[in-house]
Amino acid sequence: MKRFAAVLFGTLGLAAFFVARAALSITGAGATFPYPMYSKWFDEYHKKDSNIEINYQSIGSGGGIKQVTEGTVDFGASDGPMNDDQLKAYQDKHGFPILHFPTVLGADVPTYNIPGVTQELNFTQDALAGIFLGKITKWNDPAITSSNKGVNLPANDILVVHRAEGSGTTYIWTDYLSKISEEWKTKVGKATAVKWPVGLGGQGNEGVSGLIKQTPNSFGYVELIYAIQNKMPYGRVRNSSGEFIKADLASVTAAAAGAAKNMPDDFRVSITDAPGKAAYPISSFTWLLIPSKIPDAGKRDAIKGFVKWALADGQNLVESLSYAKLPKEVVAKETKALDMIQ
Amino acid sequence: MAATSTIVPSAGPTVSSRSFLSRLRDGDEIARLVTFLFAASVVLVTLLIVYELWLGSVLPRHKFGFAFFRTSVWDPVFEEFGALPFIYGTLVTSAVALLIAVPLGIGAAIFLAELAPARVSDTLEFFIDLLAAVPSVIYGVLGIFIIVPLMREHIQPALKDTLGFLPIFKGPGYGIGLLTAGIVLAIMVIPYIISVSREVLLSVPRDQREAALALGSTRWESTWKVVVPFARTGIMGSIFLALARALGETMAVTMVIGNTPLISASLFSPGDSIASVIASQFKEATGDLYTQSLIELGLVLFLLTFILNGLARLLIVVTSQRGSGTRNA
Amino acid sequence: MNSGLRWRKFVSNFMLTMTGVCAVVAVSALFFILGYLVYNGGTSISWNFFTKLPAPVGENGGGMANAILGSAKLLALATLFGVPVGFLGAVYLAEFSGAKIAFIVRYAADLLNGTPSIVIGIFAYTLVVHPFHRYSTYAGGFALGLMMIPITLRSTEEFLLAVPRTLREGAMALGASKWKTIVSVIVPAAYRGILTAILLAFARVAGETAPLLFTALGNRYWSHGLNEPTASLPVMIYTYAISAYDDWHRQAWAAGLVLLTLILVINIVARAILSRGVSVPRA
Repeated sequence: MKRFAAVLFGTLGLAAFFVARAALSITGAGATFPYPMYSKWFDEYHKKDSNIEINYQSIGSGGGIKQVTEGTVDFGASDGPMNDDQLKAYQDKHGFPILHFPTVLGADVPTYNIPGVTQELNFTQDALAGIFLGKITKWNDPAITSSNKGVNLPANDILVVHRAEGSGTTYIWTDYLSKISEEWKTKVGKATAVKWPVGLGGQGNEGVSGLIKQTPNSFGYVELIYAIQNKMPYGRVRNSSGEFIKADLASVTAAAAGAAKNMPDDFRVSITDAPGKAAYPISSFTWLLIPSKIPDAGKRDAIKGFVKWALADGQNLVESLSYAKLPKEVVAKETKALDMIQ
Repeated sequence: MAATSTIVPSAGPTVSSRSFLSRLRDGDEIARLVTFLFAASVVLVTLLIVYELWLGSVLPRHKFGFAFFRTSVWDPVFEEFGALPFIYGTLVTSAVALLIAVPLGIGAAIFLAELAPARVSDTLEFFIDLLAAVPSVIYGVLGIFIIVPLMREHIQPALKDTLGFLPIFKGPGYGIGLLTAGIVLAIMVIPYIISVSREVLLSVPRDQREAALALGSTRWESTWKVVVPFARTGIMGSIFLALARALGETMAVTMVIGNTPLISASLFSPGDSIASVIASQFKEATGDLYTQSLIELGLVLFLLTFILNGLARLLIVVTSQRGSGTRNA
Repeated sequence: MNSGLRWRKFVSNFMLTMTGVCAVVAVSALFFILGYLVYNGGTSISWNFFTKLPAPVGENGGGMANAILGSAKLLALATLFGVPVGFLGAVYLAEFSGAKIAFIVRYAADLLNGTPSIVIGIFAYTLVVHPFHRYSTYAGGFALGLMMIPITLRSTEEFLLAVPRTLREGAMALGASKWKTIVSVIVPAAYRGILTAILLAFARVAGETAPLLFTALGNRYWSHGLNEPTASLPVMIYTYAISAYDDWHRQAWAAGLVLLTLILVINIVARAILSRGVSVPRA
């Protein structure tokens, strides 16, 4: 008994040792969409200033919005901007507003695992909406084959995979589907979590890509880097100008061109189905959700310092992970907006 | 029971005639008070859990009432929430689990209690107890990497080929789904059925068996027609225990069930269970109605396991009383 | 008649063999589980695994050092919280309490024991995380500690009650107060069983994941002190297993092997302790 107690207290003493270290720890949670980028950024920033540890948990954009509103994390992250109700809820609860800061540009890509098919498939708007509405059920449906002549699509059932939890990646995808399909807009709508007509749920971008990678004939949407990092094929999507565009730095940047010039002050904007011949239609900004009042001076300075770095040096890292840089006008506007954090 | 409180060797004045202070100095009153507080805190915490669950689900209870249990819609956008898909998924996966685990478990328990020599029986029981100690998340890992591919590539196609006309095996088999979750659950609950049934069978008095054998029955007949029926209530208790465990399982289920609020006749279909949906959506439920609907699901789960555990204990107690004491022919 | 008997004998042998098959199938599940873990996890265990922090997403070479320490802290907290409550509560039940109160407390303990771990997670979130606005090791330790209470309480009570009356009466005859009797005679006599109970409760919560999802959250770095979110082995296993990264899968297997080994060793040690000294006659 005595020995047991000694071991116990020894362990706790060790734990207390870690209190003695003077590091500043900040907790953030939210989107899985930019998680590969954020984890690299926080790692690099920690190398720059080893006193600051930004612990980011990718639990989904819905989680980011909820936890930052509850106040259990210092900042949130979401690819679906908070809607007016959510903004009001935050203001009512805390007495001051929450601010959106775009960090990178990314893209939702349609990724698939079809035995025997390694080519890039082309997807029309009707094909995407039809598959997710459950109306197109087989891979060799004419809606898909007509844009993919020369590809041998099997007569197998399509297994749709979507997100199980509240997700900004879902918001981007459903936002796009709502724009190109009236039926989707009225039947399902756009949000971080919807009532999916068909499909299996995966946990996070990580879970969805895991499921698709392991399950033949599956089809789903993930952020571009997840498809690339996991060597999964992803298709081209037809944009509003009728071109089949593959998601890459150029096409995502093209999608943001219009928004760059007309960025609203609160930075909440949707760039799905953007006009422009070279624009990738399922692109999006992703935002950090930062309270406009942070009482703890150390945390406030650390967060502001990080965002400043992310908007400057940090942008140089994004392209290696296939995210697109923010347009210069947006960066300039944001750097000014940082002063709003008190 | 605390029989010691009635035994006070009178080495001195009786308790009631000593002053409060002298009792206090002895430390007994303090000890009694302190330990009472800790015991009471257990009751307090349990009551608090029920209270928090009740309080935390006030919005959906008022808005949906009992319709919550009849609705199969789970729509966070239009804020319509119904528990039916999750109740369905929970019950179906547990039913599949029991269908597999009960015959296997009782069979193994019979072997351990009736046939195996004591040392073998104890050793095997030791391993079974270890199986019960494997955490849920590890079953989940095995589920994802071993069982799901096995199901998808071998078992589900085989089932489709042979029994594909049955509605429970219709539709494509993805590996993930209700059937797979049920199979993983079966492995998880089998140790409970085995260890409780084995104990209950061992407690059946010897003369029951010997009477049957003396009347000319075979070993199997005496076991199946005399011993097992005698232990029937206890075995039922073990099944309820296993069911209670299966209902509350979270991690292994959420990793292989497909996370889709769907009610389908086919076992190949993905689905969701109460515990699984809470685990995947609680942290991200934006909006009070959404969050509280998940808490109401937790309340439902709590009540279900509460009833089952109560029944289980009742049945097991009844059997052991029959075995050791009075026998009602 | 003879052929009837032959048939019955055949059925008997067949069915009894089948029960043997059932037993073998059930037991072999354990060995399959261990086998897969050793095979897939053994090759992934490396020095990195035990000493490095997680690497940025998509990069290889990270480890689970913070998760191992995190689990250790969580379990230490859980034990510090759950064991005294369970132990002292059991002392009350066995030594002081009347029948009615004992029934209520035991009933509550069983209720707590049967509470699904995800519900414990919700409770801990509502009680500890939400009001204090932070995920923390405290919250995780609290949730796990709650789960340790019923096991500790019921087992300790059982072993305390099994201490022979002669020991108690002897101490009282020598003039010892109730409290002294408990501390110097009864508890030491039952200590094997109590220790076993604590170890088994510890092993049970060591593998729990669901309660930690809403309380300790997770941490890519070392968790400082006890008031911050912390990584833990079970949650890391879950996060890594459902992803698509092969490196993460390997780490999940390795972590699973480490976790299961720990739990099985504790279980085996606990049972060994119990069988050394028989405090309770076998049913």
